[in-house]
Amino acid sequence: MSNDLAGIERDPNYQELVRRRSSLGWMLSLIMLVVYFGFILLVAYAPRILGTPLGSGVTTIGIPIGLSVIVLAFVLTGVYVRQANSSYDGLIRKIVEENRS
Amino acid sequence: MKKLSLFLAILFASVPTLALAAGVVEGGSKQAINWSAIGMFVGFVGLTLVITYWAAKRTASAADFYSAGGGITGFQNGLAIAGDYMSAASFLGISGLVYTSGYDGLIYSVGWLVGWPIVTFLIAEQLRNLGKFTFADVTSFRLGQTDIRILAACGSLVTVAFYLIAQMVGAGKLIQLLFGLDYWIAVVLVGGLMMVYVTFGGMKATTWVQIIKAVLLLSGATFMAGAVLYKFGFSPEALFAKATDVHPKKLAIMEPGSLISNPLSAISLGLALMFGTAGLPHILMRFFTVKDAQAARKSVFYATGLIGYFYILTFIIGFGAITLVSTDATFMDGSILEKTRSGIAAIKGGSNMAAIHLANAVGGNLFLGFISAVAFATILAVVSGLALAGASSISHDLYGMVIKGGNANEHDEIRVSKIATLVLGVLAIFLGIVFENQNVAFMVGLAFAIAASCNFPVLVMSIFWRGLTTRGALIGGFMGLISAVVGVVLSPAVWEATLGFAKGSALIKLDNPALFSMALAFAGIWLFSILDRSKRGVIDRGGFDAQYIRSQTGIGAASATTH
Repeated sequence: MSNDLAGIERDPNYQELVRRRSSLGWMLSLIMLVVYFGFILLVAYAPRILGTPLGSGVTTIGIPIGLSVIVLAFVLTGVYVRQANSSYDGLIRKIVEENRS
Repeated sequence: MKKLSLFLAILFASVPTLALAAGVVEGGSKQAINWSAIGMFVGFVGLTLVITYWAAKRTASAADFYSAGGGITGFQNGLAIAGDYMSAASFLGISGLVYTSGYDGLIYSVGWLVGWPIVTFLIAEQLRNLGKFTFADVTSFRLGQTDIRILAACGSLVTVAFYLIAQMVGAGKLIQLLFGLDYWIAVVLVGGLMMVYVTFGGMKATTWVQIIKAVLLLSGATFMAGAVLYKFGFSPEALFAKATDVHPKKLAIMEPGSLISNPLSAISLGLALMFGTAGLPHILMRFFTVKDAQAARKSVFYATGLIGYFYILTFIIGFGAITLVSTDATFMDGSILEKTRSGIAAIKGGSNMAAIHLANAVGGNLFLGFISAVAFATILAVVSGLALAGASSISHDLYGMVIKGGNANEHDEIRVSKIATLVLGVLAIFLGIVFENQNVAFMVGLAFAIAASCNFPVLVMSIFWRGLTTRGALIGGFMGLISAVVGVVLSPAVWEATLGFAKGSALIKLDNPALFSMALAFAGIWLFSILDRSKRGVIDRGGFDAQYIRSQTGIGAASATTH
């Protein structure tokens, strides 16, 4: 078993998979964290900014901002799943085939 | 199988009797009997019992019981996750919060959603690749089985217990209002049905109850939000204009209000909501019901979309209720209305009923019945998921792995989990009745705080940090768990509002402890891992490479077993 593992670790496909998946995963997580805590900090320290009216109506800028955080959460998830479906799964298949003993 | 048929017969027979019994004691704050609601609810229960019967015949192995044999598709699991997550607290609670304070409801919705992307990016696939039935399979993958299973079981059971009490009390109150049943009958009915679904049908029945509930809830909410927007010519601006005109807080409902008392509280709550999601045992367990990591990741994608869509609907529903419910005297409690002169404060049954009254306002009595039945179904689905997660933790982690050292007979393990379900069910009914007149709103927050401070840190560190050792995980995990519980007890919401100590006497000013309890957990895990010079620590660190390869590639992962 330990020989197999060393083999997989040296496999360029594996190295590429790990590099690409972790950089995308952590980067998207970071974006989500920054956006969400940016929103929370606005709520906490500057609620009046979110209460700025859009144009002459009663709708405030806080409404589209809040809704965009929800939409962004879905979009980021979609970006990751798309990337994983189109490239990670192929790499995993190659790794599994090449390291079958 | 005979036992099940008998149980079903008794349940079917008892539903109309219960309704009649309640008719006699009608009065007080209870509603008149709502026959269309009861009819639709009986229809839902009948359908789910048929599914339970079907699932029971196909549930033989431990894999069937805990993870539906891994035979759920990504889309089905996405619906089931959404069904598990969209509790009555979020449907009625958020629309009620929007009804009373407008924008504040959206802050909660956002917080409850943003944990999902994190689950997708860092947890879902790794969890599926490393685990089999519970998330403790993952945290104990390379660490000392006994210690880590006990830690995970404590974290899971405490989370499940608080979440379950909150749901049971909410269910009792809601059903009392909706169907005119006595509180205790409502609690017994919910607990009883939950035990039937889980003990007979296991994960398969629970999953399908959640899927059906998710479809019903999403359709009902879509119709309501659509009807509200239709009344305002599909112009949100027109809806908001009318709402700010009739609401006593006027334009203040369009910006963050008094919900967040101080900035640190806001950040702490934000942390609990975001990372708590990634540590809820009943949610994590759902990732083992799909065939592989690819399906796991797809299921979170669908779930995120469905849950996000649902929260946008509840926002519209809350505003719809401001314009259509608070202006209509039929939905008001006359005596409160006279005193306060505000339709918002005088709503019959409290602000949690905003969505229910709106159903009546836009769709008449029949649709009111539908939404009431959906609300009941929602509670049933959520408590079933919780009970299954709690029972699995007892049977798989404590009985199977700790007591039997991983050599438990599969048959015995399933029997233990069925007994555990019954015990949890009885306990939930008992606690539901004990806590009837307590304010349990803090319990969901507490469940999220514990999940974020004990389950999540250990899980994420075990997947990504080579240096993690058994001792570090154990000490840090318990530090998070204990500090979260202590932090909630000493917070204003419990110390002053629930326990009745003097205002301002709470030692901790944060309503949610996640800010310091999560920090303590991570710091404890890190410090006690790097200081760990034990032999066990060497084994723990040495196991990381093999675990990491499996978490990334799925080589060696538990496979689907139904085919």
